[in-house]
Amino acid sequence: MKILMLGWELPPHNSGGLGVACLSLSKALAKLGADIDFVVPYESDHHFDFMKVLSATHVAPLHQYGGSAYDSDNIDEKRFASDRDDGVFSIRDVQRDYCRFIEQYLMSHRPDVIHAHDWLTYEAGILAKKNFGIPFVAHVHATEFDRGGASGGNPLIRQIEYEGLVWADKIVAVSQATKDIIVEKYGIPADKIDVAYNGFALPKDDDYRYDGSSYQYLEGLKKQGYTIVSTVGRFTLQKGLMHMMRAAARALSVHPKMVFLFAGDGEERDELMRASAELGISRNVVFTGFIRGKQLRDIYSISDIFVMSSVSEPFGLTALEAAHHGNALIITKQSGVGEVLHSIVRYDFWDEDKLADALVNIAESPALTNILRDGIKHEYTRISWDDVAEKCIQVYDEVSKHKRNRF
Amino acid sequence: MKSLVLYLHMHQPYRVKHYSIFAVGHDHDYWTDKDWYSGTNNERIFKKVADKSYRPMLELLGKCLEANPGFKFSLSLTGVFLEQAAEWAPDIIKSIRNLVQTGRVEIVAETYHHSLAFFYNRAEFEDEVAQHQAKLRELFGYESRVFRNTEFAYNDDLAHWADDYGFHGILAEGWDKILGDRKTNHVYRPDGCHDLRLLLKNYQLSDDIAFRFADKRWHEWPLTVEKYQTWLDDACADGPLVNLFMDFETFGENIWADTGIFKFFESLVTQWGRSEEHNFLTVSEACDSEAPQGEISMPWTVTWADEERDLSAWLGNAMQHEAMAAVYELREDVLASQDADLIADWRRLLTSDHVYYMCTKYFQDGDVHAYFSPYDSPFDAFSCFMNCIRDIRTRIDALKTKE
Repeated sequence: MKILMLGWELPPHNSGGLGVACLSLSKALAKLGADIDFVVPYESDHHFDFMKVLSATHVAPLHQYGGSAYDSDNIDEKRFASDRDDGVFSIRDVQRDYCRFIEQYLMSHRPDVIHAHDWLTYEAGILAKKNFGIPFVAHVHATEFDRGGASGGNPLIRQIEYEGLVWADKIVAVSQATKDIIVEKYGIPADKIDVAYNGFALPKDDDYRYDGSSYQYLEGLKKQGYTIVSTVGRFTLQKGLMHMMRAAARALSVHPKMVFLFAGDGEERDELMRASAELGISRNVVFTGFIRGKQLRDIYSISDIFVMSSVSEPFGLTALEAAHHGNALIITKQSGVGEVLHSIVRYDFWDEDKLADALVNIAESPALTNILRDGIKHEYTRISWDDVAEKCIQVYDEVSKHKRNRF
Repeated sequence: MKSLVLYLHMHQPYRVKHYSIFAVGHDHDYWTDKDWYSGTNNERIFKKVADKSYRPMLELLGKCLEANPGFKFSLSLTGVFLEQAAEWAPDIIKSIRNLVQTGRVEIVAETYHHSLAFFYNRAEFEDEVAQHQAKLRELFGYESRVFRNTEFAYNDDLAHWADDYGFHGILAEGWDKILGDRKTNHVYRPDGCHDLRLLLKNYQLSDDIAFRFADKRWHEWPLTVEKYQTWLDDACADGPLVNLFMDFETFGENIWADTGIFKFFESLVTQWGRSEEHNFLTVSEACDSEAPQGEISMPWTVTWADEERDLSAWLGNAMQHEAMAAVYELREDVLASQDADLIADWRRLLTSDHVYYMCTKYFQDGDVHAYFSPYDSPFDAFSCFMNCIRDIRTRIDALKTKE
């Protein structure tokens, strides 16, 4: 089966989980016999033996989001109008070229299915569907409502996302939570959407080893009996971190030997810092700034409890990474990853008391800590990309049969 | 003679409400959930089960006693069940009293709080048995001669204890792995006991009703009285007794009325009673119906739960052990306080259902619905319970400083 996969990033040129998900899924699909051409929007230097990677433009890697890190707030009308000749280009320019490339490609190729990942490539998917009659599968890793929080995000992106979802023959959502948003906010019929939870591939036996060197101050506190609680991500409204900060203060009022690590950066950082001071807990709160690589994995390693406090989180791969490094997980009911796990504590993102209660109970009970920590290890290893790939093959069969009937 | 020995168990725990760490120290009411529709609203649940099961089944049992002079059965009622009935459905206690007064209904002794105290604190266990007997005396003027432990958790030590205590009979699970070739259709003597008689549950025939009756995927579904009666007759080829032991709530709550479970029961009683070869026995009559047909030993604990027939649903993980250790270690301080409310609250925490809600066994096979719980997760159940323990400690400390 010939699949034309439309993506926006692949590791190492990824800004987040989308690239990891696309690569892992493609690899698992190839194992099942799928013949994949994967299109990226930048000058590719990828070499994989299980699929062909095609470059839609000559843009340098990591400029595919318009010359800066991806942030939907930066995509406004002004940027849409930008012209390549003056040296500035926007994500819209890249998308336009991406579509042209797909059009050219389809003049000489006939894939069985087009599989497009997130709004970034939906226009190309629509084009293939409209002009070439190729079955179109839209994969939703996040909706604009997830990215934009309460504001609903960028209306133009919502428009593109909506059209993509309407034109798609079938939609794959990464969680029930995401499917619910697609049904409620976009009015797409539920039976057109399949849920395929993201898989989790154990990090390859790399040379990572926790040596305790990155955060010696925290190691000292641990020896004094402190529990280390961490959260990792972009500091935006969507992550629900203000709720977490207030819950931290509640928990510390009962159990003072806790330290909260806020790892990441973002627009809410100053507000969070101010809040920690106003709540009188700044001595127990550590901001690491933006970190990655070993420093990030050291955060997971040193921490006892990982909190995913998101108001809306399509999946939430970081939770599984934290679990892999031995954390007990507390996850909001609004995070997709929680749907497939048992050995976690779940709470509503606004329920600060419940979060505080869970923090204290885990901190004070070795039995609860161990059962969460050990239980989760049995669970996330069972979440496999092979299952996601099999689901996608089913979807491909369905949409291509659909097509045969129609034409 | 072929004898049907029917025994029904009545129990409702006092569930702990969603009791937060922030309630500790000032809210000492663990049992009253203000949200009527909450899964831990004990009053709502008791009233619901009363309507669906207790009232219609008690009425039916009364009707069967009236219509069939030979009909007899046995009951057990936990103390926490009786307390809730007295508060929210006192007519149920009156109905039970009426049944007991016929002289054809036997009440079986057990722990007042449906606890696993036998495995944690012998003194507490004996206190609970005594409390329960006092309650039966008070409400029904009844002296029990036969004992069952919580969840049928039975071993040789328990049998020796019951023998020394002076009980005449004891009930346990008829588990194949223990019995080998022997059948549940006879009276046995527990290993090393003098007077105590052992009756064993016929779990196949009991579960045909309690678990499979309404299961449409069961190849014997629908179960008719005619078919079931031939099974009962066949079973009697192995011996005179068919011991059908099950939860009272099987009728109407676990298996709803619209499945025909009440009609099935009524016609089973009527048709069984018709034959000269058939009769009904209470559990102590069954104990006396023949000389013990051998000794049975259960060195390790056997229960009537799950495929494993062990305590793993209650004591299968570290949380459950920690919770049990935490509650039992408070006993001396709680009793020393002589504070009646504190003692009553602490004892309600001994009810085994609390640790059952912390069961994580199903995580292995993914069968999340196999273990019913009013909490979001076993971890929530644990947190609520441990928060109560924290509060009990603050109350103990407060009383100590007062002195």
